Amino acid sequence: MADNKEILAGLAEIVDEVAGIDAAEVSADKSFVDDLDIDSLSMVEIAVQAEDKFGVKIPDDQLAELKTVGDAVDYIAKNQ
Amino acid sequence: MSTVDIVVTGLGATTPLGGDVASTWEALLAGRSGVRRIDDDEHEWVDRHELPVKIAAPLAVAPTDVLPRVQARRLDRCEQVALVAAKEAWHHAGLGDPKENPQVDPLRLAVVIGTGIGGAVTLLSQDDLLETGGLRKVSPLTVPMLMPNGPAAWVGIEYGAQAGVHAPVSACASGAEALAWAARLLRAGEVDVVIAGGAEACITGITVAGFVQARTLSQRNDEPERASRPFDVDRDGFVLGEGAGVMILERAEHAAARGATVHGRLAGAGLSADAYHITGPEPEGVGQSRAIAAAVRNGGLEPTDVGHVNCHATSTVAGDVGETRAVRKALGDHVVLTAPKSALGHMVGAAGAVESIITLLSVKEGIIPATLNLENLDPGVELDVVAGEPRKVDLQAAVCDSFGFGGHNAAVAFTKV
Repeated sequence: MADNKEILAGLAEIVDEVAGIDAAEVSADKSFVDDLDIDSLSMVEIAVQAEDKFGVKIPDDQLAELKTVGDAVDYIAKNQ
Repeated sequence: MSTVDIVVTGLGATTPLGGDVASTWEALLAGRSGVRRIDDDEHEWVDRHELPVKIAAPLAVAPTDVLPRVQARRLDRCEQVALVAAKEAWHHAGLGDPKENPQVDPLRLAVVIGTGIGGAVTLLSQDDLLETGGLRKVSPLTVPMLMPNGPAAWVGIEYGAQAGVHAPVSACASGAEALAWAARLLRAGEVDVVIAGGAEACITGITVAGFVQARTLSQRNDEPERASRPFDVDRDGFVLGEGAGVMILERAEHAAARGATVHGRLAGAGLSADAYHITGPEPEGVGQSRAIAAAVRNGGLEPTDVGHVNCHATSTVAGDVGETRAVRKALGDHVVLTAPKSALGHMVGAAGAVESIITLLSVKEGIIPATLNLENLDPGVELDVVAGEPRKVDLQAAVCDSFGFGGHNAAVAFTKV
């Protein structure tokens, strides 16, 4: 089981791979859309990679609720 | 006769001979071939399916070596090459930063970039993922990567082209047809600048197998560099290539107003269709001849003004001689021919665009690259073909021919400034 810090670091790696955003930019308070400029197609890619990495399921209705990086970290921590 | 003067202000290409226009042109004049063996790890399907064709003309420079990583991973290979060529052409034309300081009104900027096949590599690889990993392994970018308007659309987004983005699909004529439609947009007064050309990247097992079954590819596997030999009696088919070519076409007044360097004029373009057979050309070249004649006529030229034709000539038994009949019918006996597919292979939807760039450079520089491997001219060819060495010729005008499966015929006429 990964702790929140490890989840954040893992997510930052995925965001860099998919969207080319430096890991230092990917902090808990950042909005995927408004701050990191990630589009809906890239969000699907990030979600699929996060599912594989952390062994969670992220249904589409949940994905829509994950507005910030912190939302995603919390969801993964609770559901892994 | 047109009232709108169209000039060429930018050129871009990535081909089996080089990653840009300059290296491609230099290699052509040096007589180098882009054809090589492909029965290697990257193309493991050649041996796995025991394909009788083990040669192709792959890109000299991988687009993923040139494009930013994140941009490249969202694109099919045919979209990547379109963007590589468009970036060179836009920069060459001095059109400025597209976001901060574009030298053209985005509402007067269009894109016309065609492809013959589109995102074949994506369609195949994503289907493999669906079969092996199920739905969730399929990329959400699958459809925008495989759609044949993808190359044009991505270029339109990159440069903010809001007057329209179009993607003519006419097999091997797509690149030249794109230039013809771009000319029509400019002459209709709808736009000031068009980013126009063609892109293709479909060296895959299924395309090679399909062309093999249509009996169109050369099987001269032991001599790759001698395989593509248009007009030679021993030709046995074309060699599949990949690449992209893009021209910046501009209303002459617009180019002059911003002080752009002009490399030549697109005088006219002609389109026609054979309505005869889905793959074979009409043997008398009637439709091809009409396209060539139309390009000359609507360019305000006489056949005697045209000194050179850059031929479609793919090195197939059926096509090459018929094309020379069409050229004679449209223009007469005085024109000098060359066939750049002898060096570049057949880049399908990119061919007409890259070869139009070569045609324009021949007019501008006064030199025609040689047709490689022309050792014994087919007796059916009654025109002068440049072979052996490039030939210095002062040209007022030249025509680029491009024909495609489906009976599509396109011809584009270029003149000096």
